[in-house]
Amino acid sequence: MKKITLTVNGKKISVQVHPFARLLDVIREGLELTGTKEGCGEGECGACSVLLDGELVNSCLVPVLQANGKAILTVEGLSKKSLCPLQKSFMKCGGAQCGICTPGMLIASQALKKKKKRLSPKDIREGLAGNLCRCTGYSQIIESIQKSGGRT
Amino acid sequence: MRGYLPDYTFESANSLKEALSFCEAGAKPFAGGTDLMVLFEAGLLAPGKYLDISRLKELKGIKNSKTQVTLGALTTYSQIRNHLILTKQFPILGLASREVGALAIQNRGTIGGNIANASPAADFPPGLLVYDAKIQLISTKGIRTLDYNRFHLGYKKTELRQDELVLSVSLKPEFQKYHHFWRKVGNRRAQAISKTMMAGIAKTTKKTIQDIRIAFGSVGPTAARCYHVESFLKGKAINTQNIQEAKQLLSKDIHPIDDIRSTGKYRLRVSQNVLEEFLCGIG
Amino acid sequence: MSWVGKSALRKEGEKKLRGIAKYIDDISFEGMIYGTTVRSSTPRGILKKIEFLPGVNWDEFIKVTAQDIPGHNYVALIEKDQPFLAQEKINHPEEPVLLLAHANKHLLEKARKLVKLHVEPLPPVFNIEDSLSQKALVWGKNNIFKSYSIDRGDVETAFKKAFVIVEGTYETGAQEQLYIEPNGVLAIANPQEGVTVWGSMQCPYYVHKALLPLFDLPPDKVRVVQAETGGGFGGKEEYPSVICGHAALLAWKSGRPVKIIYDRMEDMVATTKRHPSKTKIKIGFDKSNKLIAMDIDFSIDGGAYATLSSVVLSRGTLHASGPYFCPNIKIRSRAVATNCPPHGAFRGFGAPQSIFALEKHLDLCAKKLNLDPAILRKSNLIKTGETLGCGQVIKEKVRISEVVERALQLSSYHKKRKLFLKHNSKGPLKKGIGLSVFMHGAGFTGSGETFLASIAAIRANEAGKLEVLTSNTEIGQGTNTIFSQMTADALKLDLKDIEVVQPDTSKVPNSGPTVASRTCMVVGKLVEQAAQDLKQKLISAQLLKEKYTRSEFLVACKRYRKEIGELKGISQYKAPPHVVWDEQKYQGDAYGAYAWAAYVAETTTDLRTFETVVDNFWAVQEVGKVINPTLARGQIIGGVAQGIGYALYEDVVWHEGKMVNNKMSNYIMPTTLDTPDIDVLFLELPYAYGGGGSKGIGELPLDGPAPAILNAMDFALDLELTQIPTTPERLMEKIERKTP
Repeated sequence: MKKITLTVNGKKISVQVHPFARLLDVIREGLELTGTKEGCGEGECGACSVLLDGELVNSCLVPVLQANGKAILTVEGLSKKSLCPLQKSFMKCGGAQCGICTPGMLIASQALKKKKKRLSPKDIREGLAGNLCRCTGYSQIIESIQKSGGRT
Repeated sequence: MRGYLPDYTFESANSLKEALSFCEAGAKPFAGGTDLMVLFEAGLLAPGKYLDISRLKELKGIKNSKTQVTLGALTTYSQIRNHLILTKQFPILGLASREVGALAIQNRGTIGGNIANASPAADFPPGLLVYDAKIQLISTKGIRTLDYNRFHLGYKKTELRQDELVLSVSLKPEFQKYHHFWRKVGNRRAQAISKTMMAGIAKTTKKTIQDIRIAFGSVGPTAARCYHVESFLKGKAINTQNIQEAKQLLSKDIHPIDDIRSTGKYRLRVSQNVLEEFLCGIG
Repeated sequence: MSWVGKSALRKEGEKKLRGIAKYIDDISFEGMIYGTTVRSSTPRGILKKIEFLPGVNWDEFIKVTAQDIPGHNYVALIEKDQPFLAQEKINHPEEPVLLLAHANKHLLEKARKLVKLHVEPLPPVFNIEDSLSQKALVWGKNNIFKSYSIDRGDVETAFKKAFVIVEGTYETGAQEQLYIEPNGVLAIANPQEGVTVWGSMQCPYYVHKALLPLFDLPPDKVRVVQAETGGGFGGKEEYPSVICGHAALLAWKSGRPVKIIYDRMEDMVATTKRHPSKTKIKIGFDKSNKLIAMDIDFSIDGGAYATLSSVVLSRGTLHASGPYFCPNIKIRSRAVATNCPPHGAFRGFGAPQSIFALEKHLDLCAKKLNLDPAILRKSNLIKTGETLGCGQVIKEKVRISEVVERALQLSSYHKKRKLFLKHNSKGPLKKGIGLSVFMHGAGFTGSGETFLASIAAIRANEAGKLEVLTSNTEIGQGTNTIFSQMTADALKLDLKDIEVVQPDTSKVPNSGPTVASRTCMVVGKLVEQAAQDLKQKLISAQLLKEKYTRSEFLVACKRYRKEIGELKGISQYKAPPHVVWDEQKYQGDAYGAYAWAAYVAETTTDLRTFETVVDNFWAVQEVGKVINPTLARGQIIGGVAQGIGYALYEDVVWHEGKMVNNKMSNYIMPTTLDTPDIDVLFLELPYAYGGGGSKGIGELPLDGPAPAILNAMDFALDLELTQIPTTPERLMEKIERKTP
């Protein structure tokens, strides 16, 4: 066991965990932030997406030791009292159906928006290629991001 | 998640020197984790001591000079893909990086990890082979430099010794006058394990091939240069007859098999077509 | 102000977007332990011994075998052939034999690998041909779960008179539902209090029904609660009964709450898939290219146990002759047993299989007749007053011709056919455009809905909200939202006044399963009627006038509750008068209503790599009434994407009855880069017996894409494709066989 310190959604937290534990499990079980999901256990579906020091990663593939001292953004960190513009747009445009891929989609979308102000549908499709959705067929997710405005 | 945590130890080294002595003592290096964690989660990662090398600054960075480009082993696909100079001098590396998995994988996967893991379907080896890269390996005993084309010995077997780490990969930026070609054929447009992949560069003068290097991945136990095809094409004119003969010769250089994803027959046929696409493009 | 027809925001959307919606793996109970399943690796045989190898302290583990079952060891559904745990006979790879539980889920996995099952093998069968030829007898008297016959007119005579006869054989492969949330359950069970399970599921009352005989308990001692469910698509219709039974058995034995969550590999290898199929079609045309005879032979592979195969077969059979008029039809169909994990429900439920065959065959017919495929179809579409293959006289107005016209127009089908022929004359990229025309019956077949006798209720609660009480689950399709819209309209209230209660068998009546595209149409109607019933109660109690304001209504509810008691409106299903079905003769009005559709796919095939990409797609359908445009459009696009996977990407690789590519890196569903923009158009023609005038649409979009895509490829490549998925490898073989 090792003491790992993470800044999660702006809050500094320390946990005692096995250093090889998946960051996903530490987030879900250690920190009880269950918004980040497990869909495939091999980095294919993106349901476990988080931002690690601002970069999009699959948290099921990150051993927590490598996240030590770093900042993590999970879906819970996107909204405060009200939903963020991206979430509001997802609501309006039907970007979420069953919702299981949604946290990962939001995080991946957030990472995209931070990189580039004006996103074309092609940019969005490429940026979200690592996030699988079985419900929507993607169109309304792409529209949600396009219509979410410039702010993140 | 089928990995049993108590079977593993995982430590960070505070310095390269410390890391190398851990390696000497039998610890296995762990970089971005995009290969090893998949094994771990499937319950297939060999138990033991693992060493986190992700913070070693000596393994990071892309250094450019007029005569050499050096990529630290921890350079990620994203860093390569976004590096304007590198992708201009070595377009294949940029294209290969863009087609690995998807963004989240590209942010974590490293060139050192890709090479050392030595999957037959690894994305960097074909490009490194055609660019005549050199690889630097480091241990407590020092640094040794090898021609990259001597690094892969067989299926999942490399020159990398138990106590060594990949330090860097170096390339000479001398391919400005070449055509550069990259084609990865997978089972979908993203998050695809390749069925065949080709890196090709060629220098031509008036539709005659002065120099040509071709390497394929996913169609043999390791990525490999196609020396039969290359030696046939050197000095030849780019015409239909020569292209067809080059396609036929390809079966001497690549040995695709049937597996869970595809068939040997498909891989061979498509590899031949991809080779033809390259040759038509430089003609 | 009417809510029906508007894109009301998803009722539970905010929870999902904030990441606070609770799916089953997000829930934990004090003292909870984890469960896992030890499965057979042999496809068929006799279980001789269970051996526990050294490596863990076995005393720490809860173990459950068939011997520990308090009641009866069968999964109640239709037949009683499927055991929860194999006792002596093994009938498929991954058949559950032993359950283990432990507090440490990582140690549990280690232990699972240390159990050795000794199975004496018996000869298995793995495909439809071997099953039918009885290479080995693996189920019942003849390996056949069920068969159906349909006869209209006299096909033999009609074929003799036919001007042109075209024959073809078509095959479809298994397809994995691939919901992004794997199966999972949490159970608490003991003889004193009974059994409670929480889980990812579509049909709480199916699970309820299955747990009763397993534990030999009365209905009020079993409680099933649906957790937020991350996708179902049929994969969580009947399968949850098995995983819930398993968790409950471990809970019963251990006295602790038990959670079982499948990882992706286990979910893919062990749970149900779409039935593979093989169809032989023979069609005869008269001189004016009219259908005069159809002979269809349709087989589906049901896997090792009967489960829902008879119903899948039924739907496939009833949709096999399509939205066309043909006076002479013969259909013979059967569901057969093989030694692979039982196949089960997957959106479309037999119709995508039989419709693929017919729509593929019609393009072949058009080719032989030298006719444009669209023209051939248009001249044979069913009209009001004519009879469908199943014997249903179409009494209502049918807009199918319009639907086809709009699809052709939107896609510029005819123009593109000319353009692409030119384009394809040179270069390795071949473009194609293809059409499929089809219908999908919503609700349970024939007398199924009458048999279900669904009940819905609306209740005024303590907090002043109107609760919708049904057992129909939200699984992403929008149940909560559309029920709220319909109830708000029925009672003239705001959406915020309506609450949809999470399906919990201790709280909601049995309104039937969330399947068969019935939730909006059939149950929605019940919800509306229950709302009317509640309103009537207030009016009869003289607490409300016929014309009222929202606040008057809410005040009336409060008064009723205070002065009289519980305020609940109830409605039970009654078949619409026009639906008459003869179960014995297997003919009549198979479905209360059909949605009618025409889909067009535009593709590009690269002859260098044999890869095909769908560049554009148009989905036009008449669906009664669109209750919520955003949700409805989302359903169609999502379904089309699954259809694209079915046609091109999703190949289950079998080895001796076991799926060997059971990882998301090897079983390929489309990513954002593999799906085009999908153009959706709805036509309306309100159905009086559907909630809000709607017809079911959930499954419709799975029927059209595969044949449309393959028809496009055939056009582009001058081929006659007959099998899906058409992977690049298969396409290469097809092309090479054609040009030696």
